[in-house]
Amino acid sequence: MTEFIYEVTDVPVSEGVTPWQTVGPFFHYALPYDDGPLVAGESREGVFTLHGYVYDGQGDPIPDSLVEIWQADESGDFVSSPGIFEAPPADGFRGFGRSATDTDGHYWFRTVKPAAVPTAEGAAQAPHIAMSMFARGMLRRVVTRVYFDDESAANESDPLLSSLDATESTTLVAKADAEGYRFDIRLQGADQTVFLDVAAH
Amino acid sequence: MTAQELDPPYLFADYTSTVLRSPGKALVMPPAGLSELTGPKFGSGDVRDTDADLTVHGSGEAIGERIIVHGTVRDSYGKPVRNSLVEVWQANAAGRYIHKLDQHPAPLDPNFVGAGRALTDDEGHYRFTTIKPGPYPWGNHHNAWRPAHIHFSLFGRAFTQRLVTQMYFPGDPLFFQDPIFNGVRDEAARKRMISHYDHAVTSPAWATGYRFDIVLGGAAQTPMEES
Repeated sequence: MTEFIYEVTDVPVSEGVTPWQTVGPFFHYALPYDDGPLVAGESREGVFTLHGYVYDGQGDPIPDSLVEIWQADESGDFVSSPGIFEAPPADGFRGFGRSATDTDGHYWFRTVKPAAVPTAEGAAQAPHIAMSMFARGMLRRVVTRVYFDDESAANESDPLLSSLDATESTTLVAKADAEGYRFDIRLQGADQTVFLDVAAH
Repeated sequence: MTAQELDPPYLFADYTSTVLRSPGKALVMPPAGLSELTGPKFGSGDVRDTDADLTVHGSGEAIGERIIVHGTVRDSYGKPVRNSLVEVWQANAAGRYIHKLDQHPAPLDPNFVGAGRALTDDEGHYRFTTIKPGPYPWGNHHNAWRPAHIHFSLFGRAFTQRLVTQMYFPGDPLFFQDPIFNGVRDEAARKRMISHYDHAVTSPAWATGYRFDIVLGGAAQTPMEES
C-alpha cells in the first residue's frame, strides 16, 4: 500500500542549551521517594543527620521545595552504587540524596562527612557537600555548598569561603547540633544563603 | 550568550510566586570543584522497562491521546549523554495531576500514573509512551491556564548539568499568557522547549509521536577510570 506524503518536513534538531523551568507544585508523586534521604547506611561509622529549614523572602518556611545533595565519601571518592533509588547497605554509601521539605519547610539526609576534595586545578578545599534546591515559584534551582563548623582550619583556607565576607561565609557552614548538622537555606534578606553559579564552568 | 543568560531569571514578577522565592543577591562563582564536576552514575538496575510507559500501570487503558515522546540528550559540545536518568511527570488528558493538592475539578484517571523514568541509551536517546496532557487552570492571574506540558528532570553526567525543564507541544494557543514559558526571555531558547510532531516515531493504529531533544549546559569532568 502506498504511503501518502504531501509534504516532507524534517524534524529539526534543537541547537543550544535547553533552558530551565520550575519544578512546579506537583512533583511529589514523581521525584521524592522513601529512601531518598538515605545517602549513607544506618550503621556506617560517623553517620549523622544533615537537616535544616528552607525559608522564603518573608522568613516563612517553604513547604513545597525539593533539596538534593551530592558528595564524596570519607576517602574522597564519588560513588553512586547501588543506585540512587535503592537504600544503601547498613554500612554503605551512595553519594546522592533527595529530600522534599515537609509542611514546616524541613528537609533531612542521613549521611557522613566527605573527605576534602580539590578544585579542578588541584587546589585544596574544605570538606563540603554540593546542594541544589528546587521549588514552585523558582524558575530554576539554586545551588549552594554545605561546609562544617568543626573544620575551622580547613574552612579558613578554603578558596570559596575565604573569598566571602564573614556574614556570607557563615551562611555556607552547617552547625553541629544534637542530630548531626543543621543547615538552613534563606532565599532573601541580610542573612541570605550564598548561592553559586555552576552553569558557567 | 552564556547558558546562564539563556535561563529564566529568578525574579520574574509576572510569575507572582517568584517575588518571595528569588535570591536577592547575585550568584557567586565558586572555583570548579570535583563535587560539582561529578554526579551519580546510572545503570539498568535503576529503572524497569515499564517505568518508561505511563499507560500500563492500571487495569485498563489510560484515557486520552496516546503519544510516544522521544529525543536525544546531548551536552553543550554535542556529545550524547549516555546512561543518564530522565524523570518525567505530567497531568492526565483532562489536565489533572494525581497530586493531592491539585484541586482542579477535572477527573482523575485510575489507569494513568502520570510519572515515569528512563535511562538514555548509548546514543543518548530516551523514549516514553504516555498520554498527551491537558492544559489546566492555576491561580497566578485572572483566567490563567498552563499550556499542556510534560515536566522533565535530567541528571546529565555531573552536578553542573542537572536540569529541570518542561516540554511543550507545538501550536499551543496558551503560550501567550503563560509566565512560566515566557519566563525564558530569549525567544530562541524559549522555542527549544517546544517539541516537534514526529511522524517517523508514530506507531500505526496505536500512537502519535513527538520529539524533544535536550541539550545540557555545564561542564563535566571525565574521571580517569572512564578513559
